[in-house]
Amino acid sequence: MPTSTDTDVIRLDSLSMLYPTKSGGTVQALDDVSLSVRSGEFISIVGPSGCGKSTLLRIIMGLSRQTSGTVTFGSSEETHRNQLGMVFQQPLLLPWRTVRKNLMISPDLHHTRDAATLEKAESLLVMLGLEEFGDRYPNELSGGMQQRVGIGRALMHDPRILLMDEPFGALDAMTRDQMGLDLLEIWDQDRKTVLFVTHSIPEAVLLADRVVVMTPRPGRLADVVDVSLPRPRRLENINTPEFGEIVAHIRKLLDSEHSAH
Amino acid sequence: MSTNTQPPATHRAAPADLDAPVTAAPPQTPAPPKRRRRHVPEITYSVLVFLGLLVIWQLVVKIFDVSNILVPAPTAVVESLIDGFQDGSLVDNSIVTLKEILIGFGLAVGSALLSAVLITQFRTVERVLFPLLILTQTIPKVAMAPLLIVWFGIGISSKVLTVALIAFFPLLINAILGFRSAAHEQVEMLRSFGASRMQVMRHLQVPSALPHIFAGLEVAVILSVTGAVVAEFVGSSEGLGYLIQASNFTLDVARTFAVIVVLSAIGIALHAVVVQLGKWLVFWTATPDTTNEV
Repeated sequence: MPTSTDTDVIRLDSLSMLYPTKSGGTVQALDDVSLSVRSGEFISIVGPSGCGKSTLLRIIMGLSRQTSGTVTFGSSEETHRNQLGMVFQQPLLLPWRTVRKNLMISPDLHHTRDAATLEKAESLLVMLGLEEFGDRYPNELSGGMQQRVGIGRALMHDPRILLMDEPFGALDAMTRDQMGLDLLEIWDQDRKTVLFVTHSIPEAVLLADRVVVMTPRPGRLADVVDVSLPRPRRLENINTPEFGEIVAHIRKLLDSEHSAH
Repeated sequence: MSTNTQPPATHRAAPADLDAPVTAAPPQTPAPPKRRRRHVPEITYSVLVFLGLLVIWQLVVKIFDVSNILVPAPTAVVESLIDGFQDGSLVDNSIVTLKEILIGFGLAVGSALLSAVLITQFRTVERVLFPLLILTQTIPKVAMAPLLIVWFGIGISSKVLTVALIAFFPLLINAILGFRSAAHEQVEMLRSFGASRMQVMRHLQVPSALPHIFAGLEVAVILSVTGAVVAEFVGSSEGLGYLIQASNFTLDVARTFAVIVVLSAIGIALHAVVVQLGKWLVFWTATPDTTNEV
């Protein structure tokens, strides 16, 4: 199904994932998922909970191992961790490290702390609007600010691909909208490839070039919907008829799959 | 009525009769004395109550002429304390006991932390050791003191081992809890940045364990003092526990009280050191949440 080209940065070929359950059975989290992601693309993955969208990201990240199928990065077989940065649902900052030192986690782990990485941390603080908060500790920050640090931490090693697992799920609605727009602004600067998991359809549509719609039990790829809304996107886009059509289309996809079961 | 005797109440009782600026005043007038009272640190009251109890004790002993052999007056205890420090017996024996406490406590800390690391890092160690540890934890450790005297003699080693044995378990249990307290998501976060198992340990599990470890240290340090005294009761020729037994034997109850005072002082001082060290090392749990806006 996926048409692969030279610019594909990630290619998933019939990924399946089976979890053993405590009662001795198995749960199929992913069933034959294939997808090609082009370089610089912003992809949203949307679906109800239990559709395997987080499992998909975890497999790409290397935190889980698929039962069958392959994940290919770019054209070469480089170690993919350096190309990937992950943002989690919770900020997961280390409370004993200042904001600046939380950003420096990756250089500290790889013993690459030097003037260049420190400078990178400073520029990220500015980009995230946190330049005043470099020496603060995480518990002195609001939830939105903490998640900004979480995003900055993933950007420290300049990954080609950003994996985001419901990064704004724990934030209130207004903060959430603002964070989405800020994310687009950051993304626009160097157009990294983004895989953005969410269960909010409007959020998925507002941000993405393509929306991957997934359905649960077993986790299947129902459709990939192109979002041809112009960029840069603004919150007003939500009120346009085109936006409404795409959202309605995705909702219908999810509903029809739901009633089919 | 009572309105005349309580000026602030007059203002509050009849606000309708007065014009606006005056009615605004009453909430402010009672504030200054309240604020002044709040400035007095709470410890002041504790000290006052303590001194009050001492005075009552002294009076009861004097008025009812209680025998010195039963309960000595606080002044007698203080005299005995001064005597003890002047003739050096309290100082020398304190040093002996303090040495036992510190070595035993250090031994317990080292072995408990090491065991906790091994148990939390290696599944097989956990499976083999953990049930045994739970089982041995139920043994009253002080009951082991006589055995330790038999095995290791009347010298310092039996005391050190009793202290270590008593302090070991609360430390171990808290350290295990601590090393396991790191959230699974945090571990995955570090792994996503390519952290090795050792790095997860160093950057996440050790710092997350610190609050628990210090909770264990606070309990263990007090238990260490108990352990040393108990071990000295069972068999010794020096130390504060020995001194209590000796003074009890000669019915010098004032001296017994003096030793108890010294022991409490040692306990309080060691506990304070641990608490202070904990506050200094585990600074992040003390900082309160502040900002709420983006």
